[in-house]
Amino acid sequence: MIAKLKGSYGSGIEPLTYLGQNYMVVDRSLIPEILQVLRNQEQFDYCVDITAVHYPKREKQFDVLWILYSFPRNQRIRVKTQIAEGETLPSSVPIWATTNWLEREVFDMFGISFDGHPDMKRILLPDGWKGHPLRKDYGILQQDNEWVQINLGIESGQ
Amino acid sequence: MNDPTSLSPLDLETPDKTFLDANELVINMGPQHPATHGVLRVILRLDGEKVMGLECVIGYLHRGVEKIAENRTYTMFNPYVDRMDYVAAVSNGLGYCEAVEKLLNVEAPPRAQYVRVILTELNRMASHQLWLGTHALDIGAITPLFYTFRDREEILKIFEKYCGARLTTHAFRIGGLQYETYDGFEKDVKTFVAFVRPKIDEYEELLTTNRIWLERTKGVGKISGQDAIALGVTGPVLRASGVKWDIRKALPYANYKNFDFDIPTGENGDTYDRYLVRMAEFRQSLRIIEQAVDHIPEGPIMAKVPKVIKPPVGEIYHSIEAPKGELGYFIVSDGSTQPYRIRVRPPSFVNLQALDVMCRGQLVADVIAVIGTLDIVLGEVDR
Repeated sequence: MIAKLKGSYGSGIEPLTYLGQNYMVVDRSLIPEILQVLRNQEQFDYCVDITAVHYPKREKQFDVLWILYSFPRNQRIRVKTQIAEGETLPSSVPIWATTNWLEREVFDMFGISFDGHPDMKRILLPDGWKGHPLRKDYGILQQDNEWVQINLGIESGQ
Repeated sequence: MNDPTSLSPLDLETPDKTFLDANELVINMGPQHPATHGVLRVILRLDGEKVMGLECVIGYLHRGVEKIAENRTYTMFNPYVDRMDYVAAVSNGLGYCEAVEKLLNVEAPPRAQYVRVILTELNRMASHQLWLGTHALDIGAITPLFYTFRDREEILKIFEKYCGARLTTHAFRIGGLQYETYDGFEKDVKTFVAFVRPKIDEYEELLTTNRIWLERTKGVGKISGQDAIALGVTGPVLRASGVKWDIRKALPYANYKNFDFDIPTGENGDTYDRYLVRMAEFRQSLRIIEQAVDHIPEGPIMAKVPKVIKPPVGEIYHSIEAPKGELGYFIVSDGSTQPYRIRVRPPSFVNLQALDVMCRGQLVADVIAVIGTLDIVLGEVDR
């Protein structure tokens, strides 16, 4: 299957394996198309998870991953793409309905916005919070002191 | 407010006209509520008592577990994992330890795996018992709560004798187990299995053919198998909608291949079917425990794992069948003693998305029933 995809998309896809788990590193430009092909033709009908990793020292700082599973094939695959700070990705909500909250969480924690998402706003943190905690430049004990002072009436959360 | 038709590609029938074109009532089922199983806020849009749509606001229990993980070593992070789904702490620990063991390319020895399976299935029973008690209590049946909690005590006593803790057990270590099973562990487990079998029949006697229970749960919170797959719902909720899928059978982990058990499924995908599926899972767990406890092999309980755990650079995704659904761990290692990124894929978080779909067109009282039947634990939803 990977060979077929690589045949169609050439250099945009790089298939790899680590410890028996298959994953593909895909160019940002191919993203909504590859996911649609995976869902419609290759029957990856269940989007297990969407997550991101932040590498501050790299030029393209964020790695965004989709973990997909196919019920008919009983196979799991990861699709990875790399984007720079400030870039956005097209939303996968039209493809899988699960991705609604999963993308909101990626936005909340990393600041990566998804175009076309019906309700792009923070999910775990309060709505007025500034900052994206899972980025590497956000301190472990850091909090949005302004929000804490206005909404909770205390000096700081520490 | 959420656009009701935003959850494509599902086929939703939205009740979009109120009776006599009255105003919609927006009511807040606030974070403090006896029936939301934790701090969950649900904003309901009602037409009289009928639900037009709802929006869940979560994050009240967000503790930043994934951020903490980046500042702890792998072994130090182990206790944090129990605190996410605090009802089924042993399963969380199993998933995490197995994921790290995969990264290190070691496998726990057979004795450790058998004991792990026994403890995990005991924990599945304890979690389902708590679910049954609280779900019945939400709907109004008060007696099952006392029965299930009394019987759950026996499981918690076994955990306490084994590792010292009842709830957040930290039972497993990376590479196997830390504590050898205590003298009398097998005897205790066998006594428990014999003790609890008639109790499960008791729970069924109280509820399964009870007319009030049937009226309150049949046809409530229906979700079709296709919608469930599209929404990413897993666990007993998915199985009750007819999809026969269990990670223990599909992508086996921790020597579940050696045991013989069935996967109960339902037909209609309503609350009653989810109840039946979980009751059947009780019995299947007992089957697994019986098979395991007779055959615990002798041997070491810990694999050869270095004192300082430094997995090679790489990433891995490993998931297990927690009592709530698919619990997954995605770990990125950069070669140091601290993980670079740990992502926990919580089953309750993804299942809770389906609340909107399941409650459309139903009554307010049904929303409580559906929240209970989804079996969410806010510690896991918010992490």
